[in-house]
Amino acid sequence: MDVMTPSSAAYLIRGARIAGGDAADILIRDGAIAEVGTGIDAAGAATVDAEGLVALPGLVDLHTHLREPGREDAETVAGGARAAAAGGYTAVHAMANTDPVADTAGVVEQVWRLGRESGHCDVRPVGAVTRGLGGVQLAELGAMADSAAGVRVFSDDGTCVSDALLMRRALEYVKAFDGVVAQHAQEPRLTEDAQMNEGVVSDRLGLAGWPSVAEEAVIARDCLLTEHVGSRLHVCHVSTKGSVQILRWAKSRGCNVTAEVTPHHLLLTDDLAESYDPVYKVNPPLRTAEDVHALREGLADGTVDCVATDHAPHPAEAKETEWATAAMGMLGLETALSVAQHTMIDTGLLDWPGLVERMSAAPARIGRLAGHGRPIAPGEPANVTLYDADTASDIDPAALASKSANTPFRGMRLPGRIQATFLRGVPTVLDGKIQ
Amino acid sequence: MCAQSRAERDSQVFGEGSADPRGSGPRAAATARTVLDGPEIERALTRIAHEILERTKGGDDVTLLGIPSRGVPLAERLARRIEGVEGRTVPRGSLDITMYRDDLRLAPARALGRTDVPPEGVDGRLVVLVDDVLFSGRTVRAALDALNDIGRPRAVQLAILVDRGHRELPVRADYVGKNLPTSLRETVTVQLSEPDGHDAVLLGPAKPRPGEEG
Amino acid sequence: MRHLLSTGDLSRDEALLVLDTAAELAQVGDRSVKKLPTLRGRTVVNLFYEDSTRTRTSFELAAKRLSADVINFSAKGSSVSKGESLKDTALTLQAMGADSVVVRHNASGAAHRLAEWVDGAVLNAGDGTHEHPTQALLDVFTMRERLGRLDGLRVAIVGDVLHSRVARSNVLLLHTLGAEVTLVAPPTLVPVSVHTWPCSVSYDLDAVLPKSDVVMLLRVQAERMHDAFFPSAREYSRRYGLDAERFARMQDDAIVMHPGPMVRGMEISAEVADSTRTTVNEQVTNGVSVRMAVLYLLLGGS
Repeated sequence: MDVMTPSSAAYLIRGARIAGGDAADILIRDGAIAEVGTGIDAAGAATVDAEGLVALPGLVDLHTHLREPGREDAETVAGGARAAAAGGYTAVHAMANTDPVADTAGVVEQVWRLGRESGHCDVRPVGAVTRGLGGVQLAELGAMADSAAGVRVFSDDGTCVSDALLMRRALEYVKAFDGVVAQHAQEPRLTEDAQMNEGVVSDRLGLAGWPSVAEEAVIARDCLLTEHVGSRLHVCHVSTKGSVQILRWAKSRGCNVTAEVTPHHLLLTDDLAESYDPVYKVNPPLRTAEDVHALREGLADGTVDCVATDHAPHPAEAKETEWATAAMGMLGLETALSVAQHTMIDTGLLDWPGLVERMSAAPARIGRLAGHGRPIAPGEPANVTLYDADTASDIDPAALASKSANTPFRGMRLPGRIQATFLRGVPTVLDGKIQ
Repeated sequence: MCAQSRAERDSQVFGEGSADPRGSGPRAAATARTVLDGPEIERALTRIAHEILERTKGGDDVTLLGIPSRGVPLAERLARRIEGVEGRTVPRGSLDITMYRDDLRLAPARALGRTDVPPEGVDGRLVVLVDDVLFSGRTVRAALDALNDIGRPRAVQLAILVDRGHRELPVRADYVGKNLPTSLRETVTVQLSEPDGHDAVLLGPAKPRPGEEG
Repeated sequence: MRHLLSTGDLSRDEALLVLDTAAELAQVGDRSVKKLPTLRGRTVVNLFYEDSTRTRTSFELAAKRLSADVINFSAKGSSVSKGESLKDTALTLQAMGADSVVVRHNASGAAHRLAEWVDGAVLNAGDGTHEHPTQALLDVFTMRERLGRLDGLRVAIVGDVLHSRVARSNVLLLHTLGAEVTLVAPPTLVPVSVHTWPCSVSYDLDAVLPKSDVVMLLRVQAERMHDAFFPSAREYSRRYGLDAERFARMQDDAIVMHPGPMVRGMEISAEVADSTRTTVNEQVTNGVSVRMAVLYLLLGGS
C-alpha cells in the first residue's frame, strides 16, 4: 500500500490498555509497531503517557462523503481527512457521489492523491457502479480497480442500483478483481418524495413516509442475486429490524454478504423529526426504537459486520430550511467511536476486541484495504488510536474539525475522547489536538 | 358562560396565570373587611333605581348596559327595580370592554366578556352604563369607545356601586351606591349572589400588585 | 402559548377559549362598525407560499377587523421566487417588525421552522400535508353553532386523509373536545399508522353515514388519481362521493361540511353542495371570527 515518508521519530506509548486489556507499552518506530510489552525502555523515543487510555488499531470507515470534487463548500478531502483523524480513523473510503462522479480512473486517482497529500488519513476512493450514478450503464469498474487508487469497493451510494439485471452484472463483474458492490438499498418507487421513516411519527407530522420494506426488499433481492452469481455484496447503512433479519437469514444460507450500520442508526430514532429540524434528516431515515434495538443486536452477534459513519457534511444553508428541501445526511467521523462506546460497550453488548473487529478489522477486510485493521502487535503498521473511555463531554458542533456542523448529536452528552491517532507512526492527533 | 367570573376566565387564557383587572384575586380575602353587606347593597341599588327614574323623568328611553362581569347582574337588578316601579320592561344588556382596554399589553390576552345589546340597539337611547367599582376611570373610557362602535346614544350616564376614588381620567359617576375612601394599595372586592353566592363589598389589605382598574 | 402550529398543542380549555372568543367576536361582523381597536399598531404579515386567496383573505379580514396593519407577502413576484430561503425571508420580516407571521407553505413543518427564527407569533395557515389549525377551529366552531355541542358528536371525515392537513388538525381537535371521529377513505388514502390516531377508520361510507352527525368531505386532488391511489374518478365518486341518494340516508339534522374549494361531481353532488344542511358558506364566515379570536389571543396580550 502507499507508504508515506516514514517518520524517523519513535514514540513510546506508556500504559495503554490494548483493546481494553491490561496496560502495556507500545513502541512505535519507522512507521511500524516495534515492540509491545511492559516496562519497555526506549531511549530517544518520545513518550506518550497513555495511563488509563484504551489503545485501538486505527479505525477504518467504509462509508465517508468527502464532497471533493464539486462541493468543497461542504467538505474537502483534506478537511475530511482531518475530521477522520480527530475521530480516531486512519483510513476512510470516500464515496463516489461527487461532482464529477467518481466513475472513472481519473476522478478516483484525483481523490486518492488529495488524500495522500493531506497526510491525516488514508483516503481510499469508492468507485461508482454506474456511469454518473445514472443506474443505466456500468462505469469502468476495471479501470478504477487497476488505477493507482486500487478501487475495490463500488457503490452508487445516494441512489440504489435498483435495476436487478444491472445489479447482477455489477456483482458478476467485480469478481474479476475481488471487488465488492456496496449497495444503497432503497427501492426508488416506494420512496418517491420520501422524507422520513414511515410510521407513527411521519403520519402525524405529515412528512411523506419512507417504508422499511423499501430497504428490506432490495437487500433480500441482492442477497439472492449474490448467492446466485457467487459474488460479494456489501449492504450500506442497514437501518431496519427487517434488514437485520434478512441478513441473518442470508448469512445462514452461506451468502457472501456483509453489512454496515451507522452510529446514528445505533442511537437516534425518528421521533427526533418532531422538531422538523433537518439536522435529523438522513438517508436512510432514522427509524424506531425497535429498529435501533435490532441493529445493536445484529452488530453484537455479527449479522451486521461493521460500523460505518456515512459521514455526510452539508453547509448550513442546506440544513437551515424547511424539512422537505433540506439535504440528507449527518456528520459522523468525529463522534462515531463515542456513539459506539455508548451504544455497544457501555450497554455490555460488545467488548473492546469486538468493537475493534467492527470498526477496524472488518471494514478493512471488506474493503480489501492492506495495512489497516491489523492488530497492535510487533511488525504491524503503526496505525493506532488512543482513546479515553472514562470521560464524557457535550457535543459542540463548533468544536468539530469538519467544515460543516450538521451533527445530530449536538448538545448530547457522549462518552469518550480521542487522545491520539497515529498513521503509520506519525501522530495525526496528539493530546487531543489535530497535528 | 356569563356566570363565569372574570378571574376564572382570565386564568384560562392560553394557560397563563390569573390577571384579574381589579386585582381582587380570590374574591374573599381572609383579612378583608366588609364595608357593605347584603341589605346595604340592596338599599343602595333601590336608591340608584329611583335616582335614575327621577333624573331621566320616568326613564322611557333608558337602556341599562352592565360591564362584565359584575356590572351585568347589577344592571339586571336595577332594571328589575325600575320595572317594579314603572310596570314596563326596561331594555338591558351587557357591554364587554376587553377589546377596548388600554392595558391589554400589560397582561396575557384576556378572555372576552359577553356583549349583549338589546334588540332595539342604542341609537337615540339614554344608556346607563353599570359597573361595580369606579376607580381609575379607564374602564369607563373603554366602555364609551365600545359604545361608540355600536351606535349613537342620545346620552350616556354612569351608575356605580362603589366609587373608591383615585381617578386617572376625567370621569364622574352619575349614580353612586357608596363613596368609599381607599388607599391606592387597598383592594375593593364586590361579591354578588349571582356569581358568588352572596352579596358583600370587601375592603382588603394592600396587595403586592394593586388593582389598576375601575 | 406563543404560536398556533398544531391543534395538538391546544388543551381542551384553550380550544374552548378560542371558540368562545370567536363566538363573541362574531358579533362584530354584524355591526355597522366592523372594527375593533384591539391590535392597533400591531403588524401581521401574511406569508403565503401557496396560492390560497380564500385563507389569505380570511386572515387579512380578521387582522383588519382588529385594526392590525396587514402586509401580504406572497411567494410570487417577491424575493422568495428569486430563491431567497425561508429563513432569510423570516429574518427580513423580523427586521420589518412583524408582530405575527401567518404562514402558508407547501412543506410540512414550515411553520415550526419559522417559529424558531422569528420572535413574533407564528400562525400556521396550512403547512404541506401536516396541519391547518384554524381550518379545524372554524370547522369545530361551525359544528358547535349548528348542532349545539361537541362532546359525543359523531363526525365522519371522508376523502384523502393521507395528504390532508385539514384531517390531521380536525382529528386532534375533535378528539380533544370529546367528539368521535371516523375517517372514511379508500385504504390507499389512509396513513399506515392510523390505528394509533384517536379515531376509528372505515372503508365503507354507506355504513358510516347513518351514524354520523357531521360528514366532512375533504378535497381530493386530481394528481392523486395519476398516482394511482384509486383507479378512476368515477370509481372514487361511486364509493366515496356524497350524492343525493347518500345524502338522503343521513340523519335529518346531520350537516355536511367541506373546507372548499369543492370539486362538484366527484366529491359532492350539486344538490348536496347547495343544500341548507351544507355549511360551506358558514364555514367561510366563521373562519373570519375564529381567526380574529386566534389573532387576539396570540397578539392581544403582553
